[in-house]
Amino acid sequence: MTNTTPDEIILSAEHITKVYPGTVALQDVNMNIYRGKVNVLIGENGAGKSTLMKILAGVETATSGRFLLNGEEITVHSPRDAAKHGIGIIYQELNLYANLSVAENIFMAREITTPFWTIKDKEQSELAAQLMKRLEQDIDPKTIVGDLRIGQQQIIEIAKSLARNVRILIMDEPTSALSNTEVQILFRIIRELKAQDVAIVYISHKLDELLQIGDYFTVLRDGHLVGEAPAADVNLNWIVEKMVGRRPESLFTRDDHDAKEELLRVEDMTMPRAGGGYVVDHVSFTLRGGEILGIYGLMGAGRTELLESLMGLNPEAQGKIWLSGNSLDKKDIRSRIALGLSLIPEDRQLKGLIQILSVAHNITLASLQRYLSRRFLSYKKERESIKQEISDLRIKVASPDNLVTSLSGGNQQKVVVGKSLLTSPKVLMMDEPTRGIDVAAKGEIFEIMNQLALRGLGVVFVSSELKEVLAMADRVLVMAKGRITAEFQRSEITQEALVAASVAMSDVAQKGVSV
Amino acid sequence: MSSQANISLPKPVSAKSNVRRDPRMLFLQLRTLIALFILVIIFSFTAPSFLTTGNIVIMVKQVAINAILGVGMTFVILTGGIDLSVGSIVGLAGMVAGGLINEGLLLPMLGVSIFFNIPIVIIITLAVGALIGMLNGLVITKFNVTPFIATLGMLYLARGAALLRSNGATFPNLVGNELLGNTGFPALGSGTLLGLPYPIWIMVIFALIATFIATKTPFGRQVYAVGGNEKAAELSGVRTNWIKILVYMISGFCAAVVGLIITSQLVAAHPATGTSYELNAIAVVVLGGTSLSGGRGSIFGTIIGAFVIGVLNNGMVLIGLSDFVQTAITGFVIVAAVVIDQFQQRVQRQLVLQQATSQVVEQAQTKGGDV
Repeated sequence: MTNTTPDEIILSAEHITKVYPGTVALQDVNMNIYRGKVNVLIGENGAGKSTLMKILAGVETATSGRFLLNGEEITVHSPRDAAKHGIGIIYQELNLYANLSVAENIFMAREITTPFWTIKDKEQSELAAQLMKRLEQDIDPKTIVGDLRIGQQQIIEIAKSLARNVRILIMDEPTSALSNTEVQILFRIIRELKAQDVAIVYISHKLDELLQIGDYFTVLRDGHLVGEAPAADVNLNWIVEKMVGRRPESLFTRDDHDAKEELLRVEDMTMPRAGGGYVVDHVSFTLRGGEILGIYGLMGAGRTELLESLMGLNPEAQGKIWLSGNSLDKKDIRSRIALGLSLIPEDRQLKGLIQILSVAHNITLASLQRYLSRRFLSYKKERESIKQEISDLRIKVASPDNLVTSLSGGNQQKVVVGKSLLTSPKVLMMDEPTRGIDVAAKGEIFEIMNQLALRGLGVVFVSSELKEVLAMADRVLVMAKGRITAEFQRSEITQEALVAASVAMSDVAQKGVSV
Repeated sequence: MSSQANISLPKPVSAKSNVRRDPRMLFLQLRTLIALFILVIIFSFTAPSFLTTGNIVIMVKQVAINAILGVGMTFVILTGGIDLSVGSIVGLAGMVAGGLINEGLLLPMLGVSIFFNIPIVIIITLAVGALIGMLNGLVITKFNVTPFIATLGMLYLARGAALLRSNGATFPNLVGNELLGNTGFPALGSGTLLGLPYPIWIMVIFALIATFIATKTPFGRQVYAVGGNEKAAELSGVRTNWIKILVYMISGFCAAVVGLIITSQLVAAHPATGTSYELNAIAVVVLGGTSLSGGRGSIFGTIIGAFVIGVLNNGMVLIGLSDFVQTAITGFVIVAAVVIDQFQQRVQRQLVLQQATSQVVEQAQTKGGDV
């Protein structure tokens, strides 16, 4: 940042490429990590940030490319290798043993032992207590980790890395679960680590945070390196331009749809939270045919839970739902599908696809009743529908009998879409439909959405990407903490209003611009 | 809406090669069949009596027992479950049939016993088998008990019930009584059609029907889906609990069939019949390439697996290997089969990866961008 002595590169990644079956996560990416600095890594969902970091941490192995640590090539094939080289990582989802104590967590797999392989509990506790003191936390090392708040657990993760004498510490979205004060504590810890010459790699979506803490910026887009600059040359516009690349408008196709009669009515939908309160807090809304309804909100706002409750996946959810006048209360998922409701789930791998089956069998799974001929599946009928969807949705696959996992993320998503369309839905709910897919496929998903609305379907789509919502929705509901905090017609939508409504009730009451 | 056809995106891209048709994959996929051929060739040279009609019929009759159990077990394992209770159901089914033939159905309040004719006896026994399977399924789905524990419990429960039926005694001489109109039971095990014993026909028919169900009905497809990804299947409208209950019913039904066959062959029902048969059934399913984690496998594979075990055991007896050696070799074969299966999975993943990589390179060369 100052230009007294040039900053020293501790680690550089050179020409890293990572291919997964079906998708290229990284293509020929270079990145420099500077000693004693906060090295910020930015990119949209699916840009390859997490993959790059997982490779660096030894969790994944690069298809090609190499790492130089202090100028020497190192191989990192396992988290153990990474630890040996002083590389530590704190994941967005914490990797702690909730059933064990703070001290036991900190020393997991590197316990301090007597010559008889028993653990020296006292020594571990003392060291853990010292670490807690250094981090200014009043946590007893004997506390069971599951009893700590999320913010405190994050601190334990940091302590774990410190105990390993890391030289490079990767933090993946470290503030996503932290309160404002906890964020300030984290930043102080980061500055202290910098002073101790630890290199920090910091991944986050919260741009204001990044500008506050970052020293060097690296931007990835669709698996490619698109920008690299020291903090002095970086501002918000630079980041956004690099992240988004070509002007986002070109991605979206949108025609004006005539809103038709009311298709879906939801009244007083609730889903209780395990520890009290509500994940979905008395939500009511309606949807018309030909309308694209965007639901915007931050992670954890209850959007996914709302859609899953509408679909009938959460038995503990309550509320009244009508679809074209038919009540869906107490109907199971199959009946709701039969009445014309369909969900494209947020987590494609976990809830959308049967990985072990072929493209063909995935596409027809939800509509098998349609292909019966005298009560048995007719190969011919099935093939017709499969061929139709593959060509309509432009799914790139050599043969419908190939495993669905051999497709790229975007094409996998189209398979899920095709499966839904074959059930002839009246209302299609899409939960983060563009997550983890490439730019071209994103454009195609929007085009599909547009055409469905033109055909008179009701489309509900959940997104945490502002520009998607701005571009596609006829009307937007904003959710925060399980509630609908605002509703905007297309003409009234502005970026500022959406963001303000999405954080209205959250305790991170700051204007964090999340792109 | 019958025609969905209105979404029009630009033209699709041309087709490319198919991983499953790669010759290396083909060899690995047909490995069990190849192993079976090799075994048959080896034994036909080393054991002169191996290829005689008499020996083959005896062997296939033996194979039928494991194959029929394996058919039911395949459905269960395809959903990602396991059924440890089939051996006990075999024993209990025998005792139910034996009791009905020799003692009839005792109605205590009336003080009389009702004797049924053999078809009714068979139907009742099969119903008992399916009912026990249903109990397994209900415990697993409604009370969220893992299949291993639920069916382990049933293993003891059904065996206990079999022993209780006669206080541990055997029902001997199940020939029935002309006066009661329930003769003819032994024919099931020893009768023949076109020179082949009934059990072999039953195996063939079961294999065909099961293959048909697995590949040609929505139920079959949904069995694979539940085993592949239960959450995704549920969201696609598959009634996953119902599917699971049904597969355990099928398994219980198949076990009852085997119980009837064995009881009929022995012309006696012994409560310990079928002990540890569940392990044979699991072995033939696994040997046939069905994955214990669910979603992958076939009935055909299971039948081949049953033949491999049958040929192996029969051949080893003929060439005079000791029981002990036989047992050890069988164990080795089962583990080896799974090791090769894992190897196949790895090769398949690599091939998919290679294909993906070459596509990337190709596209990068043509114009880059979308992968």
